[in-house]
Amino acid sequence: MTQQHPRLREFKFTLYRIFRNPSAIIGFSLLFIFAGVALFAPQIAPPKYPHNPYLMPHKGFSPTPKPPSQTNIFGTTSGQYDIFYGVVWGTRTAFKIGMFVVGIAAFVGVTLGAVSGYLGGIVDEALMRITDVIWAIPTLVLAMAIIVAFGRGLDKVMIALALVGWRWYVRVIRSEILTLRDQDFVQAAKIMGVSDLKIILRHILPNAIYPVLIMASMDMGSMVITASFLSFVGLGAPKGYADWGQMVALARNYIVGPPGDPLKFWYAIVIPGGCIVLFVLAWNLIGDALRDAFDPKLRRR
Amino acid sequence: MSEPATPLLEIKDLHTRFHTLDGTVNAVDGVDFDVYQGETLGLVGESGCGKSVTALSILQLLRCPPAEIQGRILFEGNNLLDLDREGIRKIRGNEISMIFQEPMTSLNPVLRIGEQIAEAAKIHKRMTRQEAWRWAVEMLRMVQIPGPGSRSKQYPHKFSGGMRQRAMIAMALSCNPRLILADEPSTALDVTIQAQIMSLMQKLKEEFNSAIVLITHDLGIIAEMVSRVVVMYAGKVVEEAPVKELFKDPRHPYTQGLLGSIPVIGRKEQTGRRLQEIPGIVPSPMETPLGCRFHPRCHKVMNRCQEQEPPMIHLAEHRRVSCLLEA
Ligand SMILES: Nc1ncnc2c1ncn2[C@@H]1O[C@H](COP(=O)(O)OP(=O)(O)OP(=O)(O)O)[C@@H](O)[C@H]1O
Ligand SMILES: [Mg+2]
Repeated sequence: MTQQHPRLREFKFTLYRIFRNPSAIIGFSLLFIFAGVALFAPQIAPPKYPHNPYLMPHKGFSPTPKPPSQTNIFGTTSGQYDIFYGVVWGTRTAFKIGMFVVGIAAFVGVTLGAVSGYLGGIVDEALMRITDVIWAIPTLVLAMAIIVAFGRGLDKVMIALALVGWRWYVRVIRSEILTLRDQDFVQAAKIMGVSDLKIILRHILPNAIYPVLIMASMDMGSMVITASFLSFVGLGAPKGYADWGQMVALARNYIVGPPGDPLKFWYAIVIPGGCIVLFVLAWNLIGDALRDAFDPKLRRR
Repeated sequence: MSEPATPLLEIKDLHTRFHTLDGTVNAVDGVDFDVYQGETLGLVGESGCGKSVTALSILQLLRCPPAEIQGRILFEGNNLLDLDREGIRKIRGNEISMIFQEPMTSLNPVLRIGEQIAEAAKIHKRMTRQEAWRWAVEMLRMVQIPGPGSRSKQYPHKFSGGMRQRAMIAMALSCNPRLILADEPSTALDVTIQAQIMSLMQKLKEEFNSAIVLITHDLGIIAEMVSRVVVMYAGKVVEEAPVKELFKDPRHPYTQGLLGSIPVIGRKEQTGRRLQEIPGIVPSPMETPLGCRFHPRCHKVMNRCQEQEPPMIHLAEHRRVSCLLEA
């Protein structure tokens, strides 16, 4: 008799639930497209400067955006940067930001939350007070402080976001673990002499990881939007870097066209801006779908 | 009885306190008893009298809120309370293991049964993955689970309550511990399964030559399984006796009350005996009565019971009672 892992079984059921939900289908389709673009960026838009593919190629320096044409299918933005190239490589940038920030934040948060919740007592008290202090730091102010201290750059933005991003995860995983810690099967594992590390890794975390997945998915969107905002106000990616926020920033003087034709430069704003919106939307739809699918109150049983 | 001179486990003046927000809870208040190799000791008493806390104190598994454990728990002569975290971890599962009441929640839902049983063998016996797995299958066979090979690959939700308890027993016995603390191992199961589990434990105990401390409310099980009984009331030992003597001649009014509350089916006409109950409830460990703790519920209460704590009176070897009637 072959056995399916209950997580696998649950996973299949979850997939079924997820894909009954039309917004999830939209979310995953969008994500699929973005992932494809990011993956095949070198084929879709071959870099002009192979040593630095994130630098958008430009012909000329004219500040006026040019509409879509044969050579620039999405047109060019201020400074004659190719919008098509920018959004393609900007997809990679978005994934880089999201995965780096969320990866670090989730890892740090889950580790600290697990230790805190499992050990309890003074360790818990200390870690939670530190977390409270971190909660008091406004993300944007921290990001600006770091940039003022170390200079402009996307990497600084990512570090700033990762430095505070974990605080969500600590609280969520800690509360999950507080309920799991006193479960009989954890007590049973302790009775058998299983070490604390193994108990956390083998017995507790696999039972506590779903909320983290949901949060991580939501966070991918919000981290990218924050980074875009910082690029937009000129603290993130430098000029010419393939980053959606930075591209919107380039076009900020052309949001409204000349009198009589206010939508003249729509492509310079709508294309990169639309990418941000769709990217965030994709992750939020996925997060929502995961939440619905994992919500024990909505599940059978 | 051919018991070896030194006990396997000696508990001396064990006190376990919980410091809670509402005050200090003296859950175990000066308990002592011995367990000898290969014997089954019964630990009985009403709900809330501190039986589970005693067992958990032995393995130091009381953490929330942190319990203060005082006294001495000598296992093969070494005080377990002196061991550090690592030291006690080497004892757990390997030398002393425990089975508890709730088989439905005692197995991790996302690990295969075989993995859970093999885990301890991997830790304590340094077996490889394959060896430990084979050993787990062997253990499942020993606890009489049919088709242990395929069953070991299943997840707990496919197991019935009785089978889960068998799996728990397999897990508890997987490192051949010297002592098994069984905290109401069959209370959650139906009667026929209870009997099977009990006879299985008896059989395995003999096979492995382990000792068992059997905690239960069920005096029928006590009569069948154990050789000696320790009766607890409100965190203290009130009586100890070999099982036959306890049933024949219970000395403490509390023990008499407990024995009086067992239903004896079909014999009412013959004996004219009605089911007795002990009036009242176990006092809260935070407000134990002065004098003898049992006096507010005792039908033989005397004046001095209200002021004087009864001393422990040793009547014979392993025969003691703590009651002023005997003094
Ligand atoms: N973690 C704890 N914090 C505070 N009080 C506790 C804690 N654990 C147990 N107690 C108290 O200690 C007393 C003894 O509890 P224990 O679980 O040992 O009873 P028991 O004899 O095993 O009862 P049962 O037969 O119902 O299992 C109870 O009054 C209980 O309220
Ligand atoms: Mg109990």
